[in-house]
Amino acid sequence: MAQHQVNYGQDAGLPVALTTIDKIVNWGRSNSLWVLTYGLACCGIEMMASGASRYDFDRFGTIFRASPRQAEVMVIAGTLTKKHAEFIRRLYDQMAEPKWVISMGSCANTGGMFNTYATVQGADRVVPVDIYLPGCAPRPETLQYAVMMLQKKIRREPANRNRNLKQKRFV
Amino acid sequence: MRPYRPKDNVQKKAYYNDRFYVTPQIPKDDPASDEVYSKDIEKLQSKFSISESYIQRGELVIYIDPDSNVEVLEFLKDELDYSFLMEMSAVDFLAQREGFEIFYELLSLSKRKRIRVKTFIKENQAIESVQHLFRSANFAEREMFDMFGIQVNNHPYLKRILMPDDWEGYPLRKTYPLQGDEFAQWYEVDKIFGKEARDIVGPEIRDSAHIDRYDTERFARLGHEVPRGTDISKDEPDTDNHEFQEEGGVFLIKDLNKPQKVLSEKERRER
Ligand code: SF4
Repeated sequence: MAQHQVNYGQDAGLPVALTTIDKIVNWGRSNSLWVLTYGLACCGIEMMASGASRYDFDRFGTIFRASPRQAEVMVIAGTLTKKHAEFIRRLYDQMAEPKWVISMGSCANTGGMFNTYATVQGADRVVPVDIYLPGCAPRPETLQYAVMMLQKKIRREPANRNRNLKQKRFV
Repeated sequence: MRPYRPKDNVQKKAYYNDRFYVTPQIPKDDPASDEVYSKDIEKLQSKFSISESYIQRGELVIYIDPDSNVEVLEFLKDELDYSFLMEMSAVDFLAQREGFEIFYELLSLSKRKRIRVKTFIKENQAIESVQHLFRSANFAEREMFDMFGIQVNNHPYLKRILMPDDWEGYPLRKTYPLQGDEFAQWYEVDKIFGKEARDIVGPEIRDSAHIDRYDTERFARLGHEVPRGTDISKDEPDTDNHEFQEEGGVFLIKDLNKPQKVLSEKERRER
């Protein structure tokens, strides 16, 4: 039996918040971005620093996961070699929808200084990229900014988007 | 970006066209001038045919027959106590002499001396593996096979070590283009999506500053994204101003262009 009775109509209003499905789904998605650890080269060190205590990625709900099945963001941090391209695509395919990709550093964006036969000239040749983060290497603050930009982007998207339909080029 | 010039013929043409230019040479000394090396070379010469030998930068260099590489290295290891294979690889002389020069760098920890054993093989000639003498030769020989395509006989696991197994071509040969041949340029696309995806993905963009704002496949513009692949060449969405912290925008992103008030001396004192 209730010990006291709250008169919602009188005191603080009804405990009801009105919103849209899109907003509440995206609110949840954007604030619990679990990141697949993907340190490939020197940028990986900066990504680790962003996760460590000084920069503390957990504040954003961004937690590093070592399994693609538990992650929704892939931060490609480093040089993507041609030998590795196959595996990054496989891991990307293993991530559950919805999924996003941040390409971190010049190497992942364009091949960077490795204008050679062994480096993929931009990770977007293999996986679709949402945020390109410039720098060599980008500082942890900029990676956090990229994640915040991604959050903004997610909040603007419809919740029931079907990316697969739009990604015809990568089907 | 600096234009890329293929250097296929780089060995045939000299970089320097100066008539009076003489390539600097490191002076070569007689092996007899060093007391340790003179004894070593005496013992070596009594057993093997050594076509040339000299001391360069305080290290003995000998040229041997490619068929006797295992015996020479075994002798150096067991009798002369050069117990450590620091490095081995090959140098591409295909254009000049139609072959490769293979070198072995050995170190003697007890004598504190180094020796370089060189040998020359023709393009399709194989070399005997020395990995049963020096374990470090295992990976080095695999790398030599990977990068130059030199066959190594009696190697336990001769397989590419750095490049993917299905790679074509030998990247450290001087005729191999730095930015890759056609196989290399399409490698990841062919492998992941298949050859028919080449048209969709397009050729590699080697200009790292390349930006195409109408390309909505590759470039997403923050603040006014459109769905991937939309044609935006006709009507552009309006650009909105960046939201600064002062205007209730992004935390820590400050408007640095905002005119700032310079305090006078009096105002500063009052603060
Ligand atoms: S962008 Fe720079 S720091 Fe990052 S992986 Fe490439 S070389 Fe290293």
